[in-house]
Amino acid sequence: MSGGGQAMTAPQLAPPPRLSLPMVVVIIIVLGVAAAWAWPPLARWPNEWAIPFRDWVTQGFIWFSTAVKPATRALSWLLSWPLWLAEALLFRGFPALHLPPLPWVAIVGGTAILGHWAGGRGLAIFCGLSAFYLAIFGLWPDAMQTLSIVLVTVPLAAATGLALGLWATRNDRVERSLNSVFDVMQATPHMAYLGPVVILFGFGQVPAMLATFGFALPPMARCTILGLRTVPQDILEAGRMAGCTPRQLLWKVEIPAAEKTLMLGLNQVVMQTLAMVVIASLVGASGLGQKLLFSLQQLQIGKAVEQGVAITLIAIVLDRLTQAYIAKVPEHMVPKTGFIGRYPHVSSFLLLLVASVAAASLFHGFAVLPKEMTLSYGGPINSGVRWVSKELFPYIKPARDALTIWLMLPLRNFYLWLPWPVMLGVLAAIGYHFSGWRLALLPVCLFGFMMLAGFWEPMMLTIYLVTGATILCVLIGIPIGIWAAHSPRVAHVTRGVCDTLQTFPSFIYLIPVIMLFQTSDVSNVIAMLAYATVPAIRFTYLGILRVPVATLEAATASGATPWQRLCKVELPIAFPEILLGINQTIMMALAMVAITALIGSRDLGQEIYKALPGADTGRGLLAGLGIAFIGITADRLIGAWAMQRKRQLGMA
Amino acid sequence: MSEQPKISCRHLWKVFGADPVGFLARHGNAPTSENFAAERYIGAVRDVSFDVYPGEILIIMGLSGSGKSTLIRAITRLNDPTAGEVIFEGHDLLKTTPAELIEIRRHKMGMVFQHFGLLPHRTVLSNVAFPLEVRGASREERDARAREMIRLVGLEGRENYFPRELSGGQQQRVGIARSLAVGPDMWFLDEPFSALDPLIRREMQDEFLRLQKLLRKTIVFITHDFDEAIRLGDRIGIMKDGHLVQLATPEVMVSAPADDYVREFTRNAPRDRVLTVGSIASPVPAPLGGINILASAKIGEAAPIVLASEKPIAVVDAEGRCIGAIDRTAMIRALYPEERA
Repeated sequence: MSGGGQAMTAPQLAPPPRLSLPMVVVIIIVLGVAAAWAWPPLARWPNEWAIPFRDWVTQGFIWFSTAVKPATRALSWLLSWPLWLAEALLFRGFPALHLPPLPWVAIVGGTAILGHWAGGRGLAIFCGLSAFYLAIFGLWPDAMQTLSIVLVTVPLAAATGLALGLWATRNDRVERSLNSVFDVMQATPHMAYLGPVVILFGFGQVPAMLATFGFALPPMARCTILGLRTVPQDILEAGRMAGCTPRQLLWKVEIPAAEKTLMLGLNQVVMQTLAMVVIASLVGASGLGQKLLFSLQQLQIGKAVEQGVAITLIAIVLDRLTQAYIAKVPEHMVPKTGFIGRYPHVSSFLLLLVASVAAASLFHGFAVLPKEMTLSYGGPINSGVRWVSKELFPYIKPARDALTIWLMLPLRNFYLWLPWPVMLGVLAAIGYHFSGWRLALLPVCLFGFMMLAGFWEPMMLTIYLVTGATILCVLIGIPIGIWAAHSPRVAHVTRGVCDTLQTFPSFIYLIPVIMLFQTSDVSNVIAMLAYATVPAIRFTYLGILRVPVATLEAATASGATPWQRLCKVELPIAFPEILLGINQTIMMALAMVAITALIGSRDLGQEIYKALPGADTGRGLLAGLGIAFIGITADRLIGAWAMQRKRQLGMA
Repeated sequence: MSEQPKISCRHLWKVFGADPVGFLARHGNAPTSENFAAERYIGAVRDVSFDVYPGEILIIMGLSGSGKSTLIRAITRLNDPTAGEVIFEGHDLLKTTPAELIEIRRHKMGMVFQHFGLLPHRTVLSNVAFPLEVRGASREERDARAREMIRLVGLEGRENYFPRELSGGQQQRVGIARSLAVGPDMWFLDEPFSALDPLIRREMQDEFLRLQKLLRKTIVFITHDFDEAIRLGDRIGIMKDGHLVQLATPEVMVSAPADDYVREFTRNAPRDRVLTVGSIASPVPAPLGGINILASAKIGEAAPIVLASEKPIAVVDAEGRCIGAIDRTAMIRALYPEERA
């Protein structure tokens, strides 16, 4: 594969003409295919030559876990206490003290009061109704269990992320190393965190919490770094000139001034925690996630929908609450006197609490909603699903099969046939073309490592699924983005839909997909599609909106038709932005890969999933790293491409 | 001025680059512009020395990139200078420990910033009280003092507003009140009115002069606006490429610019409000009688009398002695110098 470069070095007189990227790619493919035909190991790296990294990692982890057992035991014990307290308050009660948990009425009302405090009446109604949904459909204990983990993990992850972020802003070396660690951590799918946690901490609530903690940490640290770095210089200097000590400067000036960005970090922590809590049910976290997982595995779609809606409602409530708090602007008011005047929300909650505890002691239904008073709409859903699979599936099936025959199978066969030197060579050529030697080396090292570790085939299958999903996302997302950019009404609707879609925990997407497409590779791709189209839409929309008005007017004044304006002005200028959107789409599709393993696949996600019960840490971790490596490679290559285009357009 | 200066800069340098201290030492503390260019160092402040006397308004004026902002940050030690001395009340500020510096800032210095630097999450009252809060004043004490300052800058009634609820001019009034809250001896203002609209800027300049008449602080005031400099300053220092090109009263600067760069600035200066009659009077062999004009009067004030008179008008000093005379031609030449014609 290095032949392409050497052929051009002979003549010394004239400088060698620079080969265009397509030429190089063609040369690499021809040489690679020829070489693979001549010598089979150049087509498929033989399994017996694989280096047993995964066994080493597994062994290493087992050794490590025995070495640190006392520490992990102590940590588990320590963390079980706040969790126990949260669970006791929310739904278990304190049997030893003969104390009941908080009455559900108080929690539903409290959620509404919280909504009112953060965002006014509309949010209050939404929060209250969502909490009521959990109660009336009999999901209360499971929902409260899930919420307990969230309530304990969020402050822990937020505080640790804040501390790490602060450390990074004080020390450039720390920031650089944290950034690269976070890059890998965030590109690694949720599920891959579970393996090491199981080895170190076993199954149960606390390990689930720790895996969640690890996943929710990076966004908080990143937002802290961003927030503190973007505090205006004038404010910092004003603080120093006022005579602040470094500590006063941090707590009284920097952190309050960065509050909005920090709250954005907290919002991300909450959302990541909730997404992870559901996935963590695979390592024995009980709660809504586990129930949903069971329902999915038993194909009880009706139940799954009830539970999925519950998880989604919790996610949206938590998201809207934090968002509303961020959007809140300080407003001057006449200082009121007295506790009730100054803290109307706290007072009304206390009042509600007293009233509901009193009512609960008279009538038990106010404490715990009796089973016979709960409802269920799982039955109708189930008959609906039956109807769909009987009446609609005959129509959906041809579409599914066409997709399989015309897109999925050719893609799959192509990737499985592709000799590895061609793959590595083409990636290296792209990296070299857009950036230089370092970016050429990166994919070779990452992909080469996975090949040596014996993960080539699942890796190619992953790339195949992600490619399929990305193609569909681009075909659907870019036109919608363009449409939204030209019609404010479409933009309004699209934005609402996109915002809502992004708050759904990724699990949820499996439910309708199973309903409509049953299990197949197409279902996996559709699930990824539903999850990953949003950035393609959003970046296209933003990219076109950012085209300078003067440029558009110039095009119109030159006599361009709307279509010409789109193709010759808007899309070329928006191109780098669109590229970044595709990049995000690939990232999200990759994040979904591990999740779709739950409904059957043969890719890296499946490797992670299969590794869990057997505690085969090496297998799960390496497969997780493989997904991260694909993500990092795509991110760097596309990022370099977008950067180059931006520079050429003078927008960098 | 035989008084002790309140603050003195001596051979102040601020050099940016890989090893600023080593760079200065290598070139015997006097690197040339060629040295800077050759070794890729930037000399933001180069060998600047000046004194500020008690109660004086010293304006440091220059275009963006001239080093004026770096200079004020070097004096206040927001950015430590590379070399030199800043003598404040007999002590070198550059040799104080961090703790001493914090004490000095808490009691003796106030600073106003171009973009106000208000804390967005605190009310007006709490912003103004902030310097007192960090030095540990009790709530009653700091609130009382902050209310006094808010009244001083004319913002009473807005104590519970948040910065974003105020106009730019009002925000800067809060910035001024905050900088005065600790009762500082030294008042630093870094382009305080540059972010404001022209009309508001004018109003704030008047407000500033009113406050200064009341408080008699020692002031270092940074601006890029020569009109503002002339309007407010007792003395003006003009900076270019890190050097202090000329430091003089507005009148000397207008009538005797040190070089073409300064002349360029003074070209459009309001000469009628800067030049005094004394500076353009020509000597007369014998004292003149009739009406006379004080030598310290601005020529704009004298112009109607001089231009209405056919004969030269006598110019007298404060004691009433005649020191010269001024006629129409001299007045017109002073108001409209040839280079402007």
